Amino acid sequence: MPQRRVRAIIIGGGLAGLSAAMKLCERQAEVQIVSFQFLKRSHSVCAQGGINAAIDAKNEGDSPENHFFDTIKGGDFLAHQPLVRDMCFQAPAIIHLLDRIGVPFNRTGEGRLEFRRFGGTLYSRTAFAGATTGQQLVYALDEQVRRHEQNGQVTRFEWHEFLGLVIDPQGICRGAVIQDLRNNKIFTLKGDAVVLATGGPGQVYARSTNSTVNTGAAATQAYLQGARYANGEFIQIHPTAIPGQDKLRLMSESARGEGGRIWVPRTPGDKREPRDIPENERNYFLEEKYPLYGNLVPRDVASREIHDIVFNRNLGVGGEPMVFLDLTHKSREFLEDRLGGIIDIYRKFTGQDPKEVPMRIFPAVHYSMGGLWTDYKDDGHGLIDHGSPRNQATSIPGLYAAGEVDYQYHGANRLGANSLLSCIYTGLMMSRAVINFSKNLGERFEDISSTVFDDAERYWTTRMDSLRRMDGKENPYQLHQDMGSLMLANVLIVRDNKALEKAYYGIQEIEERFKDIKCVDTTHWSNPTPSFINQLYCMIQLSKIITRGALMRDECRGAHFKPDFDLKQPSDFDPYEYLDYLEQKHQGEDVPEYAYPAGHLDYMKRFEENNRKWLKTTIANYQDGEPRISYEEVDTSVVVPRPRKYD
Amino acid sequence: MEDKTVIIKIRQQDDPDSASYWQSFQVPCRHHENVISCLQEIQRNPVTLDGQAVIPVTWDCNCLEEVCGSCTMLINGRVRQACTALVEHLEHPVVLEPMSKFPVIRDLQVDRTRMFENLKKVHAWIDIDGTHDIGEGPVMSDSIRAQRYALSECMSCGCCLEACPQFTRDNTFLGAATFSQVRLFNLHPTGALAKEERLEAVMGEGGITDCGNAQVCVEVCPKNIPLTESIAEIGRQTSLKMIRDLFQK
Ligand SMILES: Cc1cc2nc3c(=O)[nH]c(=O)nc-3n(C[C@H](O)[C@H](O)[C@H](O)COP(=O)(O)OP(=O)(O)OC[C@H]3O[C@@H](n4cnc5c(N)ncnc54)[C@H](O)[C@@H]3O)c2cc1C
Ligand code: SF4
Ligand code: SF4
Repeated sequence: MPQRRVRAIIIGGGLAGLSAAMKLCERQAEVQIVSFQFLKRSHSVCAQGGINAAIDAKNEGDSPENHFFDTIKGGDFLAHQPLVRDMCFQAPAIIHLLDRIGVPFNRTGEGRLEFRRFGGTLYSRTAFAGATTGQQLVYALDEQVRRHEQNGQVTRFEWHEFLGLVIDPQGICRGAVIQDLRNNKIFTLKGDAVVLATGGPGQVYARSTNSTVNTGAAATQAYLQGARYANGEFIQIHPTAIPGQDKLRLMSESARGEGGRIWVPRTPGDKREPRDIPENERNYFLEEKYPLYGNLVPRDVASREIHDIVFNRNLGVGGEPMVFLDLTHKSREFLEDRLGGIIDIYRKFTGQDPKEVPMRIFPAVHYSMGGLWTDYKDDGHGLIDHGSPRNQATSIPGLYAAGEVDYQYHGANRLGANSLLSCIYTGLMMSRAVINFSKNLGERFEDISSTVFDDAERYWTTRMDSLRRMDGKENPYQLHQDMGSLMLANVLIVRDNKALEKAYYGIQEIEERFKDIKCVDTTHWSNPTPSFINQLYCMIQLSKIITRGALMRDECRGAHFKPDFDLKQPSDFDPYEYLDYLEQKHQGEDVPEYAYPAGHLDYMKRFEENNRKWLKTTIANYQDGEPRISYEEVDTSVVVPRPRKYD
Repeated sequence: MEDKTVIIKIRQQDDPDSASYWQSFQVPCRHHENVISCLQEIQRNPVTLDGQAVIPVTWDCNCLEEVCGSCTMLINGRVRQACTALVEHLEHPVVLEPMSKFPVIRDLQVDRTRMFENLKKVHAWIDIDGTHDIGEGPVMSDSIRAQRYALSECMSCGCCLEACPQFTRDNTFLGAATFSQVRLFNLHPTGALAKEERLEAVMGEGGITDCGNAQVCVEVCPKNIPLTESIAEIGRQTSLKMIRDLFQK
């Protein structure tokens, strides 16, 4: 075989796809990158608040080890520890790289990187570019990819949609089936490896903070073709978004990181203007309940508290499902400089200026901790062996995943500003895996019979044609709304098995109605509707993964909250008691009841037993039209899982 | 509020080569409704004002919060992003048209590839030795950072080009957004190493001297990019370069 460059096909040009492309080019690969729209318009541009790295610029004693612990604890110990640890140790170098490629990070008086606080940590660890960090990162990386494009190493397939994988009879992924979104022609791309960097699935819910293309269809299609999907039920609900009809626009955690305070009037239904409500008649409920972390408790905790204050205690602002997020005590200049991006969004969509009046916000579907199952190889010392082809490999050989579409870094709940990091980390880190996998392939794509590619192309041509010809009664866009509303009503912050069962039947009904769809656009040029119908099909399958995973997991962990299975942590409990308890047990000692305050030993036993049963990754396999759920051990080799506490 | 409706009149076109035509739709208009949510409403119920079932309108959008740059169109004759066009604040009926300075693909979708090709022409990136860990980036004052940040918020939406009298479908004028990017990269200590190359690119045909200083670009930019400042600054940088080149030859 004559030497040629490794050829990688990357689906998706958000932060994960762009970083993978940049790094693979540097490793001399030839890259084909596919995206719905111009890469520069990918969903990652929405990210506002920042990106984490424990550089300890403020001399607070922060370290990558602390970053690691906060991330693991924030995720309720469900993430594989060596991976998270490796990411946290790489983070400072990643930030410096981003700085070098021109990201306009805010700076200190000395002209170095400035950091702000974010949720789930007590350190200033978040680098930021105003309040449009994601946009700035995407642009800088897109520019680097353009640089390599100019050298001829990158081919962009913008305005193209990934439809499915080309898998050979040995089960190895050899390429991807692509549709040109202008002329609607379908063709295949052949490569040594395919990387899915297709982002999250927010559109499974009727309203979320996500962009319109975030349907999760690409990942679901991989699942339908045999890839394992992990931890689907862990959907992050962000505490602070603007209520709205088409989209719930996020008000970044950085608003609280920069001093924003959450409150409601103490009197239910108080109709006064917020500025007329005196300090002692305001209920700063997060600060009161969590004196240590205050407004910066992790997102799962904050969302649940807001839900509780609104629905159980009827204290929503003016009786509506809303609370105040207040920045009015900060100076205009400070807010303009640090948070201008989100302040503009609030102003443009509500007509009110957050510098003058407190914002009215409510939690919203935001992020998927779950995603395609991916592998890794640790180095035996709590970090990752970067040369291994297993890193970021899905269960289909030759198919890799990076970014929000994978599942490995955030456990049961993601900390703010860790997603941009995991996207870029995975994109960069996987490059050696892809190269090494490709170089070790026995047969390469050139050796594969052309019928493998032809068959895949034919399958999709026929499938899209049949979708275009659907002539029933259901409008696909309306059906999507109905499905998304069902998910919003039943699979959200507070979960219970009756509602989840109902939701699962509901989804099956949607699946029935799907068969009666009318394809409202039958043309052959720039026609979005058959694609959308196909994506809707995928979203239906994905909502089953989410709902069934939630139904089966009878516990509370991170974003997955089922009050019926709450372990009822005593309010005066200290997590160190648990470590002590384990230590005593480990030494073979009998742990007497009186060694701990009343009720604590019982709680610890419940906790231990619950972990034995549920500290596991959920795995969904597609079988006979339904997700089959199984569980897999979590790597907890570095720190001992323990009860979380933030007060 | 509930039963209010709005009439939306849209210039449509089936493909790049066919003629355009108008269709009107009546959609419910709730509080805070924007032009995109109206278009989505049409997708869910594609029936025209006179009761005819038709094919839904096509358009581009993604983020719905004015940061991705996709949904640029003419709304009541003015170029802007559709997501932030709140229907309550618009004159009715609301008239939607595709941008006129870029080839129409279908309905409200246009092809803005030219903007991205222009970025290549002006070397709109920073050359680095490699992505491996070679330590911190250059020290930079926060005020330079602030200047760069303001320029770097450009989302390639094309509003400034649509409004610019010099920018036409059949010329090669680079346009305000591109000039502003030259300034952005020249402001970065490492980026400045390729300054000459960038300036050369804007000194040729379609370059900075073709700008008529009409300054309408800056008025329509949704991101408030200081375009006139950028144009003046790039004008200054190219003049200095011209003088430098003269003495070096
Ligand atoms: C409003 C908001 C604010 C956020 N703020 C922060 C923050 O401050 N800090 C933080 O760490 N995280 C933040 N996040 C989360 C973070 O932005 C995302 O998790 C992250 O950007 C995902 O990046 P990605 O590269 O995985 O995917 P994306 O950026 O979503 O990119 C996916 C790419 O795949 C393409 N694609 C998808 N499917 C297909 C297909 N079938 N065919 C072709 N192309 C396809 C898309 O076109 C796109 O290019 C925020 C998220 C939101 C919604
Ligand atoms: S100043 Fe006038 S001519 Fe120059 S770019 Fe702006 S609109 Fe166009
Ligand atoms: S300069 Fe402004 S108007 Fe022009 S493309 Fe950039 S953001 Fe749009």
